[in-house]
Amino acid sequence: MNIVIENGRIIDPKNSVDRNTSLFITNGRIAALGEAPAGFAADQRIDAAGCVVCPGFIDLGARLNSIEAELAAAVAGGVTSVVVPPDADPPLDEPELADRLVHRAKEIARARVLPLGALTLGLKGERLAELAGLKKAGCVAFSQANVPVVDTEALLRAMEYAATFGFAVWLQPQDHWLSRNGIAHEGEVASRLGLAGIPVAAETVAIGTILQLVRDTGCRVHLTRISSAAGLAMLQRAKHDGLPVTCDIGVHHLLLTDNDIGYFNPHARFSPPLRTERDRQALSTAVAAGLAAICSDHTPVGADEKLLPFGEAKVGATGLEVLLPLTLKWAEAAGVALPVALARITSAPAEVLGLHSGQLAPGAAADVCVFDPEAHWQLTPESLMSRGKNSPWLGYIMNGQVKTTLVDGRIVYQAS
Amino acid sequence: MHNPQLNSNGELTHLLSIEGLPRSILTQILDTAASFMEVSARDVKKVPLLRGKSVFNLFFENSTRTRTTFEIAAKRLSADVINLDINKSSASKGETLLDTIDNLVAMHANLFVVRHASSGAPFLIAEHLQRIGRDDVHVVNAGDGRHAHPTQGLLDMYTIRHYKKDFTQLRVAIVGDILHSRVARSDIHALTTLGVPEVRAIGPETLLPKHLDKLGVHVFHDMEEGLKDCDVIIMLRLQNERMTGALLPSAGEYFRHYGLTPQKLALARPDAIVMHPGPMNRGVEIHSAVADGPQAVILPQVTFGIAVRMAVMSIVAGN
Amino acid sequence: MPLLPDSLPDAEAQCRQLADLIRPQLHRQPALIGIFSGGAWIAERLRELLGLPEEIGLIDVSFYRDDFAAKGLHPQVKPTIIPFDVEGRHLILVDDVLYTGRTTRAALNELFDYGRPASVSMAVLADRGGRELPIAPTYCVWNVALGAGQSLVLGKRDDGQLLWRLENA
Repeated sequence: MNIVIENGRIIDPKNSVDRNTSLFITNGRIAALGEAPAGFAADQRIDAAGCVVCPGFIDLGARLNSIEAELAAAVAGGVTSVVVPPDADPPLDEPELADRLVHRAKEIARARVLPLGALTLGLKGERLAELAGLKKAGCVAFSQANVPVVDTEALLRAMEYAATFGFAVWLQPQDHWLSRNGIAHEGEVASRLGLAGIPVAAETVAIGTILQLVRDTGCRVHLTRISSAAGLAMLQRAKHDGLPVTCDIGVHHLLLTDNDIGYFNPHARFSPPLRTERDRQALSTAVAAGLAAICSDHTPVGADEKLLPFGEAKVGATGLEVLLPLTLKWAEAAGVALPVALARITSAPAEVLGLHSGQLAPGAAADVCVFDPEAHWQLTPESLMSRGKNSPWLGYIMNGQVKTTLVDGRIVYQAS
Repeated sequence: MHNPQLNSNGELTHLLSIEGLPRSILTQILDTAASFMEVSARDVKKVPLLRGKSVFNLFFENSTRTRTTFEIAAKRLSADVINLDINKSSASKGETLLDTIDNLVAMHANLFVVRHASSGAPFLIAEHLQRIGRDDVHVVNAGDGRHAHPTQGLLDMYTIRHYKKDFTQLRVAIVGDILHSRVARSDIHALTTLGVPEVRAIGPETLLPKHLDKLGVHVFHDMEEGLKDCDVIIMLRLQNERMTGALLPSAGEYFRHYGLTPQKLALARPDAIVMHPGPMNRGVEIHSAVADGPQAVILPQVTFGIAVRMAVMSIVAGN
Repeated sequence: MPLLPDSLPDAEAQCRQLADLIRPQLHRQPALIGIFSGGAWIAERLRELLGLPEEIGLIDVSFYRDDFAAKGLHPQVKPTIIPFDVEGRHLILVDDVLYTGRTTRAALNELFDYGRPASVSMAVLADRGGRELPIAPTYCVWNVALGAGQSLVLGKRDDGQLLWRLENA
């Protein structure tokens, strides 16, 4: 099938492309930019006038509770590849579960699913899961989701084992003991509101431990959802020292702080917690400088589990359909150019995963997002395809709307 | 941000927290409470203000004392009072907090007195009532987690005003586990709003919240230093659970450093008053000689508490 | 009902006239109870003029009004203080202006929560008509009709003298 996407502003951050031209797709792959390839006859023309045409977004963290609805939500948000944490029920610690997930995703045929396998059985942090078997079944890396490994010896052994095979380990740096009783960032807001605090030390102590184990094992580690200035400073030094570490930051943490808890708004409860404005600015600077990728940390939570007193509410917010508008919102406030912002949700995540995707080079799979950066829409429960209507942005106007999404050169989403 | 306790006319329609309330509203409550003290001194201790109204005591955390004072206060306003001990009922069967509220609103509840273990629970309820358009149903916070206990804060202020008259000349010390105390937080907000120039917090580092100075409080770890020249001393209860979790070694060590003994009391002004929200742990935070001594006003606090709660319920129910 | 004269009458003189009306009843040893705030001032004046030894009672009817549901609690409530035993006494309720009668009804309800008086009379300076309840003053020195939106308010000067003023809505 030959498709041409014309009249749009093509932005491919990885290959430094940013111009108004046409994109040609043949047999599910990018055929050319600019000039039609010889003998190209378009079966379908997509008019992208007034729109940006870019690689489909790669989301480094999205939970797919009801897989059909969430994969539909993904492509409605322009996300063509989704990395799924292993903390579904049951945890993804057996190759067969990974098989089933990958198979189901292919049947649904919307966004690509890149599962993370559990690092330990049941995510309990004690016994290793069958990493090689999980890899074979399609897992791209191994993770504990946001469940810390308490036993440092077990963590050391797990990282050694992963390093044997060259597998990457994804960890959310949060010390179990310093965070187990807390529900909000330990600071002025928590003191005033009487909320048990999670100090920054919960993140930096864990980062320190993990970095030391990286030095000793050579294991590749991706640190997820960094939340503090102090944590970022440690990671910056580690990268400078040449350690094989990467990191990502949740898009909500780029925009919100603990002040946004307001009058105990349960939609502002996240893990890791929203921290101070100083931390938020450090996160923003780090993302602008390319130190971290952005991810949505999509977590659908039903009203029954969210509309509860703050300390009882489940953590997390819906993310797949707001990843683009929130990234654009961040970029505007931070004075970051559009191609740089888009890089953080396309080429940067691809680099973390070691994949060739997240770009529009000829030969690459045609995962494409066409969006109107000026279109605005109001975030309401009805406007979302995800089952997760939980968001601190409910009622707000979102800038940036996806018009068309393609995966493997097939249209998997078309705005009405 | 719009304060959910005030209606569009700036009148108090819920009492959720002292924080964010203007001085005029706190003063109105204290003045109204003074009138209710007269009512409680009569033979017929009832006024018809809330006749025909239903007050539901929703206690998700046990407290016979607080619940009883609210019950007495509501009955003196001629309201019908229904007590719900949620431990034993539907919440433990998995009904959400808001579902419980909806059910009770359908039973024509007019006012909820809510005590809950989670900070912020009464705000969730107030917001929900607003969302379903029931601005005729009111919420009074009887204590939420460690966040606030506004009626206790108000009765503490009433007590201080009764004995000391002018807030603007006082040194007030709050001693003990402020980190976990909703009473302390409410007292601090009330004291600073009413213009008390020197509010002191005394306790070990592990029992004081970070950033207390941002609330306008002067922090002391040395009790003898902190009590010097104080006019009012508010002692907080030390709970047994604090001994686990590495916050404190023992009740004995705590008493030696932070217990109020007659010797330490002597460092304060000679006419200083000693307060305690109750129930007291004698020999842990307070020496019996002080608790039973002439400077303690702990029992009057209880009497004032009924009048203050009558004032709060009548004011919110009328708005 | 006569219309309002161009200049308002002297409230202090009216208090003296009111005292003259009450004087024949002194053998019953009446107790005076003034309704805040105008009635309280007048009751104090009557006490001086009649030479009564007893403290006057002061009554705030906020907790007994019938308009709580519509208007809420009055922002300035003062404590009711009745420094004598109501039981078996002849009481004289004192107010400045009698209008709908609702304040009087509230005051009666409140008084009866203190005990059972032998009788309750009502003394007012002005009766402006417009009654909504079957209530009549026992002692009154001035009947007057007011226009729509007008109200009579008793004030107290810095030197303690009572005087009327007219307010328009």
